[in-house]
Amino acid sequence: MGFLDISHVSKAYGAVQVLHEVDISVEEGEFIVLVGPSGCGKSTLMNMIAGLEPITKGDISIRGRVMNGVHPSKRNIAMVFQSYALYPNMTVAQNMTFGLEMHGVPKPERERLLADVAKLLQIDHLLERKPGALSGGQRQRVAMGRALVRNPDVFLFDEPLSNLDAKLRVDMRTEIKKLHQNLGTTIVYVTHDQIEALTLSTRIAVMNKGYIQQLGTPKEIYDTPANLFVATFMGSPAMNIIPATVRVEDGAPYAEITDARGHLQSLKFSQANMAEWNGKEIMLGIRPEAITDIDGADRKSQNIQRFSNIVTVTEPAGSDTFVTMTVSGRDVVARMRADASVAARDSFEFAVNMDKAVAFDPKTEARIR
Amino acid sequence: MSAVSQDTAVKTSRVAQVFIYLTLVLFALFYLLPLYVMLTNSLKPLSEITGGDMMSLPRALTFEPWLSAWATAQVGVSPTGLRPYFLNSILMVVPAVAISTVMGALNGYILTKWRFRGDTLLFGLMLFSCFIPFQIVLIPMARMLGLMGIAGTTQGLVLVHVVYGIGFSTLYFRNYYASFPTELVRAAMIDGAGFFRIFWRIMLPVSGPIAVVTIIWQFTNIWNDFLFGASFAGLNAMPMTVALNNLVNSSTGVREYNVHFAGAIMAALPTLLVYIVAGRFFVRGLMAGSVKG
Ligand SMILES: Nc1ncnc2c1ncn2[C@@H]1O[C@H](COP(=O)(O)OP(=O)(O)OP(=O)(O)O)[C@@H](O)[C@H]1O
Ligand SMILES: [Mg+2]
Repeated sequence: MGFLDISHVSKAYGAVQVLHEVDISVEEGEFIVLVGPSGCGKSTLMNMIAGLEPITKGDISIRGRVMNGVHPSKRNIAMVFQSYALYPNMTVAQNMTFGLEMHGVPKPERERLLADVAKLLQIDHLLERKPGALSGGQRQRVAMGRALVRNPDVFLFDEPLSNLDAKLRVDMRTEIKKLHQNLGTTIVYVTHDQIEALTLSTRIAVMNKGYIQQLGTPKEIYDTPANLFVATFMGSPAMNIIPATVRVEDGAPYAEITDARGHLQSLKFSQANMAEWNGKEIMLGIRPEAITDIDGADRKSQNIQRFSNIVTVTEPAGSDTFVTMTVSGRDVVARMRADASVAARDSFEFAVNMDKAVAFDPKTEARIR
Repeated sequence: MSAVSQDTAVKTSRVAQVFIYLTLVLFALFYLLPLYVMLTNSLKPLSEITGGDMMSLPRALTFEPWLSAWATAQVGVSPTGLRPYFLNSILMVVPAVAISTVMGALNGYILTKWRFRGDTLLFGLMLFSCFIPFQIVLIPMARMLGLMGIAGTTQGLVLVHVVYGIGFSTLYFRNYYASFPTELVRAAMIDGAGFFRIFWRIMLPVSGPIAVVTIIWQFTNIWNDFLFGASFAGLNAMPMTVALNNLVNSSTGVREYNVHFAGAIMAALPTLLVYIVAGRFFVRGLMAGSVKG
């Protein structure tokens, strides 16, 4: 039993099934991020935790208490909405204490809690303003403040940063992370920004089409994605997926790929179990940062494979240079140091860190373990 | 046309502007003419009018016609003036407007924020009620009022107007609330506010414009209604419009045009007042609904 238990939860609108047997167990103090493309059911799951949508099948419990059918206000949760949902007719102070007032907290107590949270979020000078007179970032703080004063068991954030501009989003992201570290609250956080997911979470649930694709720590999700969907959804630029054939030579498995000139080249696998796939097609997954120039290769790696190919395009991006090439008919991106001397249309010797490579079954799309 | 310009506003030449304003002034005068005639003639002695001079200003200013229309003129069988009927109208219009507006607001709130199976159908039916001609319901309504024992009374009239008004007031509020973010209602639910608390504390405070629109609409319609008043009101509940008609028709001997004019202005005054007081909101309210919705 976890702190927040979502067990076998399904949701259907009429005949349309939008969530399938979702199973997540959240420990106290965890920061769980639900991430996935638009329409995959993140908000629906969130609303069911909050009690705003009825659960079609399964149970949701908080602190061991089954919450099915319990009114949202009786679940001891607080939610921060994408649009902030601040009451336009009330001042910031009234917005933040409305929930306390509804729960019958006496006025002196309300004011004490308000003062504490306002100080924490540095919005004490805004308390008498109406939401209309606040900037986006300030509204965001007030919305979080409204959630914080309640001191709930679980915080629910539904894409709280998606209305902010890029710079402010990064700042608020750090702020939310700090807040979580200082207060140790349990947070469920929805986003479709995979960077947000990787930086904030203690664990990530990657969702697609109403299914949980993978539930794990950011490192697990990033290094060992459960399937092709997770591999390509998480990470930017996305993981390169290259069709390859497995060949065993001298007992060791190799991935055979074709370079831009049409020549076969092979990369030795680090995983011995790939030998079982001898002669079969697989999908080879390599992150851009695992393909570098020879000098830039990861020194800790046990298995650096060389691979020469024609460079299609180079895209300098400040600290890194992204290099595009064609492998097995697909565009493949490599992430180089900015000072790597690489030019378009030239032949170049790449170093591939095969320790970080993963392989997928092309039929089931699952990672080969 | 000239070359592409940054300015997207329509430009008009001087001549066109003068022409437009001239036309507007002319039309304004045209529409003000009846008011002018009514006002001037209500302040003249009858002899000046029967002398054939309708358009001139009063030579001998008198308020006698106003006093007579208000307190002593013959209306139907009794020489009471319009005063008691004015009161009847007020007693009818205030509760009818209040009830239909409040119910419209509640309906709009439920139809947008507490959706249930069949709600669109229900709303469709309520909309339909806006288009039922008054004449069709006269006889069934009379029967209903009789069965309820409020035939001929002011309560009866209030009921009729509320029933007819709910369709429109619901339409107004529903469309206004449709653009009201549902997330706010959800936030309030999580905060622990119930059905009425959300309505009272979250929805109503931002409903000003649409409430004004509804009140003006309902007030004008109900105050100006003649058919229901003439059909359902007994002698003691007769509204202003019906009394005015009786005043005009029950003059003995000479027709006191000056008294009739004064009475007509009295009957029009409350709606005029509502427009002037709330008129600014009227336009703003309609815009708010149309731009957002
Ligand atoms: N009331 C409803 N009736 C029918 N289908 C619905 C209803 N509400 C949501 N859906 C469907 O459920 C699916 C999941 O919706 P949801 O809002 O949870 O997506 P999401 O993951 O939050 O997407 P986004 O990132 O765009 O917010 C969508 O395909 C949506 O069309
Ligand atoms: Mg969503």
